[in-house]
Amino acid sequence: MNKPTFAYIGQPLKRREDFKLLTGKGRYVDDIKLPGTLHMAVLRSPHAHAVINNIDVAAAKDAPGVRLVVSGKDLVGKIGPIVPNWVIPGTKVPYRPVVATDRVRFVGECVAVVVAESLAEGYDSVGLIDVGYEMLPAVVDEEAAVADGAPQLHDNVPGNVTTIFKIGGGDYQMAVGQADQVIRLRVVNNRLIPTCMETRSILASPEPDGTLTVYIGSQVPHMHRRWIAETTGIPEHLLRIIAPDIGGGFGAKMHLYPEDLLCPWLARELGVPVKWWESRSESHQSTSHGRAHTETIQVAFKNDGTILGIKVDTLGNVGAYLSNMASGGPTANTIPYGTGTYKIPSYQATSRVVVTNTVPVDAYRGYGRPEGAYIAERTIDAVARHLGLDQVEIRRKNFLQRTDFPYRPYGSASLVYDSGNYQGLMDKALAAFRYDERRKECETLRRDGIFRGIGVAAYTHMCGMAPSRRLALIGFDRGGWESARVSIDSSGRATVYSGSMSQGHGHITSLSQIAADVLQIPIENIDVVEGDTRQVQAGHGTFNSRSMAVGGSSLHVCAKRIVAKARKIAAGMLEVDETDISYAAGAFSVPGTDIAPVTFAKVARMAYTGHKLPDDVTPGLDETVFYDPTGMGSPSGVHLAYVEVDPETGIVDIIDYVAVDDVGTLINPRLAAGQIHGGVVQGIAQALYEEVSYDPDNGQLLTGSLLDYAVPRAEHVPNITSLFQETPSPTNPIGVKGIGESGSIAAPPCMVHAVLDALSPFGITQLDMPLTPPRIWAAVQAARDGGPR
Amino acid sequence: MTSVETKRLVTIEVNGRRNTVAVEPRKLLVHLIREDLGLTGTHVGCDTSQCGACTVEIDGQAVKSCTVLAVMADGASITTIEGLAPGGKLHPVQAAFHEHHALQCGFCTPGMIMSVRQLLKDHPHPDEQEIRHGLAGNICRCTGYHNIVRAVQSLAVTEAQP
Repeated sequence: MNKPTFAYIGQPLKRREDFKLLTGKGRYVDDIKLPGTLHMAVLRSPHAHAVINNIDVAAAKDAPGVRLVVSGKDLVGKIGPIVPNWVIPGTKVPYRPVVATDRVRFVGECVAVVVAESLAEGYDSVGLIDVGYEMLPAVVDEEAAVADGAPQLHDNVPGNVTTIFKIGGGDYQMAVGQADQVIRLRVVNNRLIPTCMETRSILASPEPDGTLTVYIGSQVPHMHRRWIAETTGIPEHLLRIIAPDIGGGFGAKMHLYPEDLLCPWLARELGVPVKWWESRSESHQSTSHGRAHTETIQVAFKNDGTILGIKVDTLGNVGAYLSNMASGGPTANTIPYGTGTYKIPSYQATSRVVVTNTVPVDAYRGYGRPEGAYIAERTIDAVARHLGLDQVEIRRKNFLQRTDFPYRPYGSASLVYDSGNYQGLMDKALAAFRYDERRKECETLRRDGIFRGIGVAAYTHMCGMAPSRRLALIGFDRGGWESARVSIDSSGRATVYSGSMSQGHGHITSLSQIAADVLQIPIENIDVVEGDTRQVQAGHGTFNSRSMAVGGSSLHVCAKRIVAKARKIAAGMLEVDETDISYAAGAFSVPGTDIAPVTFAKVARMAYTGHKLPDDVTPGLDETVFYDPTGMGSPSGVHLAYVEVDPETGIVDIIDYVAVDDVGTLINPRLAAGQIHGGVVQGIAQALYEEVSYDPDNGQLLTGSLLDYAVPRAEHVPNITSLFQETPSPTNPIGVKGIGESGSIAAPPCMVHAVLDALSPFGITQLDMPLTPPRIWAAVQAARDGGPR
Repeated sequence: MTSVETKRLVTIEVNGRRNTVAVEPRKLLVHLIREDLGLTGTHVGCDTSQCGACTVEIDGQAVKSCTVLAVMADGASITTIEGLAPGGKLHPVQAAFHEHHALQCGFCTPGMIMSVRQLLKDHPHPDEQEIRHGLAGNICRCTGYHNIVRAVQSLAVTEAQP
């Protein structure tokens, strides 16, 4: 074939969506102004655990500009309760009213709402509501919550445990018998606040035709449509969800929150648009938190570093109620991944899901996989330190090999790692990092009292939860498919409708690259529509790094159907058999003949006039696909960090960071590297800076604003070298695996290992995140007090 | 309802256009810009003046507009993100952000760009450390700052060349 083909996949194109965002023309929910909008303000519980004796709203109702004040009792039987969407079999689901009625269980829980003419008047009025509370003892820590005598949160959740989940394979006791040694460690996966720069915001607007438009920065617009319908009683077909530009999601904008229900319900009650905008301090106590695990680990190994078995007990703190996916995160998303990239035949893991008097915990970038990788990585690193083995060599020794794929870890029935080349990742990472040179440099500098360290971490996980049938087995009440529609207009230009939902990912660019490759038309001739349930046929949205693997594959299959139909039409126009036709660069031709090619545009025109269509071809060029994957892709990677720790101050200086990731086929390397940069920095933030603090005595949130919660600034993080290895996934037609969560999975163990390596001369072998200067300084002091080494 | 008597008249020039607005004394400048003038490119990302998403230029100086009461800005000349590319041609800082993929969700971007302008005014040829320190007042959660630093470096290099 002589004609050049359009090859967009793999090109580092600049983003097509940038212009509006750069010029202040982005449209986030709070930017949308509708005439006559009223504003909702929320009274939140100041107590972690209390009985509500009475609520007096008289003064609040009389305040200027106030239209309505509603407490929990007013809503009983009208909306709610909020139910989780992922319920692991056997889970005890606590009752969660939309607004608390007789008891509050965390600081920040909704107690009453005011609707006023301005947000300021709403806030003023909220301050006038008088609530009589009777304090109850509170518990915030997951280990304390399962101890005897702990305060109990829900009558139907004895011992504060909603779910017990077990997974494993092989025989751990036999592994212990065969092992030279067994060591134990306890690691804490610190509680985080996802911190999208745009807080949550909702605007619900009743339309004259009886429908209700809800503007919400949702990662999952079609799921929000279903949940709002099911919880408020508004028929689903009368709801139109519009997710406009979204200022980051990271997992926090894919749950059903009380405000998501209150705004639509109040808008229908009052017959006018009602908006809610979440202040940052409000966000810290009302939007889901992430992580919050404690893991107790035992590992059995040979003295040569061969790991024989791991036993894990996890406590996943999910806060006061089961948020949307909360029973699945610490269980099915976490402990299955506890053996990481290593061939460990015996594995025995149990996870308990624990309720506490804290903000509900749910998905945050990686959701479970960072915690799972942290188990695997901290364990193998601990064995290396215990045996005095090199961090790289022990990994190489235990890695799965290329020939092991597809691989079922510990003989698992549910997990399959589809592909990978971990030794290749390690080779590439070591070379880019100049590992040997820096290892020597560390040794040399230590003699001068300069404490540098190298961290290594490897990871794998699975993306794009599917197939739908499998999700039923784990109680996930949604499908694993994604939908795509490709609509060709009569000029041959395309509009792509995808059920995926960008929140900064750049789907306009990446999805049009996928479509352009198949359609063989210029990318400028492709428009992408997401985030409007009236325009997009159906969907599941964006989470679990699924958009390219599932949404992209759906689009790929759909665009192929377009080309197949166009080929039939072209065959009719050219009066040849369709199998004789070749298609590239927007032209259907008959190779080896002098028949003049017909363009895609002409075929599109013919599809819509219908003047000369083959008998078995209907008019139009418009296809819709619901694509349900048969399997999941397994991204993997090796990350290396180089740090210097000042033992006198405890300050960690990050000198270098190298990430080598295998996310299968790269759609757009520029955007892929951007995902790694952002994810790695969120992982560094977990390792060094961020932690939600609660007062253990009374459950008060101590990190209640960005003054107290340490989101890193530019000067707190390093340059990141992001490199890729491409091992295409055999589970989907593009070969893509998923990238969004890689950085935040790999970086936490990598950073902790680097700091522990730097502190190894002090004999420090374990520290919990975040590795703040006071924590490091105290550890160094304690080690020094313990005598010189 | 707030009585109109308690409001104050504020006259400010924004992106070259003079506006007179009646505001409550407690109203922040950022809310005047967003609500009364409809310039929603300036964002609110926090309530403690940490995030910098609301950064605008007041009389030629980058300022977090959540730290200023609207009444304090009476008589001031303000430039917001909407004022940088009036003819549709991107300002060099905007163009550099596009070129280096220095934005993802775009929420912090307007404030970040306004701060970068100030940074380059104060330090026309900043080194990496000066860039990172100079952007300490603006939080980005998506990019890890890596490509923002690259974008600013590209402008610094351009400046250095005759």
